[in-house]
Amino acid sequence: MSAVVNTVREETPFRRFVSRFAEDRIAVAGFVIFVLIVLAAVLAPLYAPQNPYDLARVDLMDSRLPPGAKSLEGFTMLLGSDGVGRDIFSAIFYGLRISLAVGAVSCLIAASVGMTMGLIAAYFGGRVETLIMRLVDLQLSLPSVLVALILVAMFGKGVDKIILALVLVQWAYYARTVRGSALVERRKDYVKAARCLGLPDARIVFGEILPNCLAPVIVVATVQTAHAISLEATLSFLGVGLPQTEPSLGVLIANGFQYMMSGKYWISFFPGLALLITIVAINLVGDRLRDVLNPRLER
Amino acid sequence: MFAFILRRAGQGLLVIAVMVVLVFFGVNVVGDPVWILVSPDMTQDQIAEVARSLGLDRPIQEQFFLFVGGILQGELGRSFVHGTPAIGLILERMPATLELALVALMLAIVVGIPLGLYAGLYPDSAPARGIMAVSILGFSLPTFWVGLMLIMVFSVMLGWLPATGRGPVGHFLGIPTSLVSWQGWVHILLPAINLALLKISLVIRLARAGAREAVLQDYVKFARAKGLGRGRIVGVHILKNIMIPIVTILGLEFGSLVAFSVVTETIFSWPGMGRLLLEAIQRLDRPVIVAYVIVVVCLFVVINLMVDIIYSLLDPRVRLSEAAT
Repeated sequence: MSAVVNTVREETPFRRFVSRFAEDRIAVAGFVIFVLIVLAAVLAPLYAPQNPYDLARVDLMDSRLPPGAKSLEGFTMLLGSDGVGRDIFSAIFYGLRISLAVGAVSCLIAASVGMTMGLIAAYFGGRVETLIMRLVDLQLSLPSVLVALILVAMFGKGVDKIILALVLVQWAYYARTVRGSALVERRKDYVKAARCLGLPDARIVFGEILPNCLAPVIVVATVQTAHAISLEATLSFLGVGLPQTEPSLGVLIANGFQYMMSGKYWISFFPGLALLITIVAINLVGDRLRDVLNPRLER
Repeated sequence: MFAFILRRAGQGLLVIAVMVVLVFFGVNVVGDPVWILVSPDMTQDQIAEVARSLGLDRPIQEQFFLFVGGILQGELGRSFVHGTPAIGLILERMPATLELALVALMLAIVVGIPLGLYAGLYPDSAPARGIMAVSILGFSLPTFWVGLMLIMVFSVMLGWLPATGRGPVGHFLGIPTSLVSWQGWVHILLPAINLALLKISLVIRLARAGAREAVLQDYVKFARAKGLGRGRIVGVHILKNIMIPIVTILGLEFGSLVAFSVVTETIFSWPGMGRLLLEAIQRLDRPVIVAYVIVVVCLFVVINLMVDIIYSLLDPRVRLSEAAT
């Protein structure tokens, strides 16, 4: 859209959405914090005083220094150092990269799989629907931590396996959400029209029905991303998630656990705080999206 | 009513059967537990002997049929690591987990309902806003991190409460429990708070929503018109009505408390079945993993059935036979 049109300020659905979202200042703050966290994570190598996984730069002599201490290399360890002398401040932002990436990738895959299954269930109905939805019911009746633990027990450790486990835990939420809205959309006139035009099933499902089911999916996706990050951290903390070579926030917190009892709180505390801020920021955005995108609250 | 229970029990058995098949084959396709159990200096023959003694040299379908045959005789396989029946290991640790989950549930009710009720009766007051902010935080906080913080503050910094173990275990009606001694209560407090936090947030939300709806109802207006005191209206009439959804959901959540106890038990070194599961996963002790899943799924099925029955008793408007159709 060109600048000339902008001066007229015509009302597009997107602009209405943005202005309604912005009515809640706390949600906007959550969004801003989230964007800052993502930027900080992506740009970590540019500003972090230390690459915590470059063994040449980590010195065991620096281990377990309290926040604010000077490292052997001369930079200040703002948040202290961990058991092998890594700078916690740097480790947090490198860890955030892994946590966010695992959360985002697993959510993207889970959303694609879940939406496809949900649409298939709603559009074709019958036995296919029963089979898919029974599976969804079975899975959602069990707590996600339990399902994730069982899946991890099946697959073993590793980034790809954790992502697979997170996808399998989450797809059911998307499937149920999409099926719910697709069942409503399927009966509408535009779908009948598309069918009369002789459009192929795939085109009707993905080209016509899917775009109209996206609003609730966006809400679920936001909440589920936070959930996935938290779940991955939990699994990593329990020692059945990511390996030490992929130190997400959960791994960092787990590493600090053994020093907790001797009062060296900072090794676990600060990575946990970073995790908490990330999750709260995403949840705030999700809460607001739920209000804005809910057709029942439409003014 | 009887037909309803029978039908639900049948559905429950089906769920259990599906889970047994899924988990058995799922767990048995990864890794080779033999390599975790043998020492590096063993010969090939000795390794093969270990595999044979565990029954791992047979084809998977044969293992499965042996396993199913065992289930029918009340036997869920032998632990590879401990060499004792898996079900025995789990039942031995179950009281500790159930005790933790029960105390957490109690905490959720005792703390959550008054706070939620207050927030619902005075939704715009400052304390109510504070309560809601805390409950949102409670939903976002990762359980394991809260556990660490509880240890840091109450055990390390203040030194008030112990951070690990179960304390002295007494016996009540033959069941080992820490709830009979003061020391036991001191030990269970931190883990129970940790486990309860999520549920407290949930109860606050439920109680608040229920109370906000209830104060607008005619029976509250009528009670007020009749001249009843505020305490009696809130404590008897409103509380009774909002308890129905809370009891239902808390009943269903009990299962999730048991599942979440894996995390809490690890942090607080609580000797329950959650920690057993985690050890089993790390050491590829397949029979224990499978047995744990079967026990927990059974627990879920029983809890769901009980909640349905209690629900119908609490709310006479619900007829179970209708619900079943």
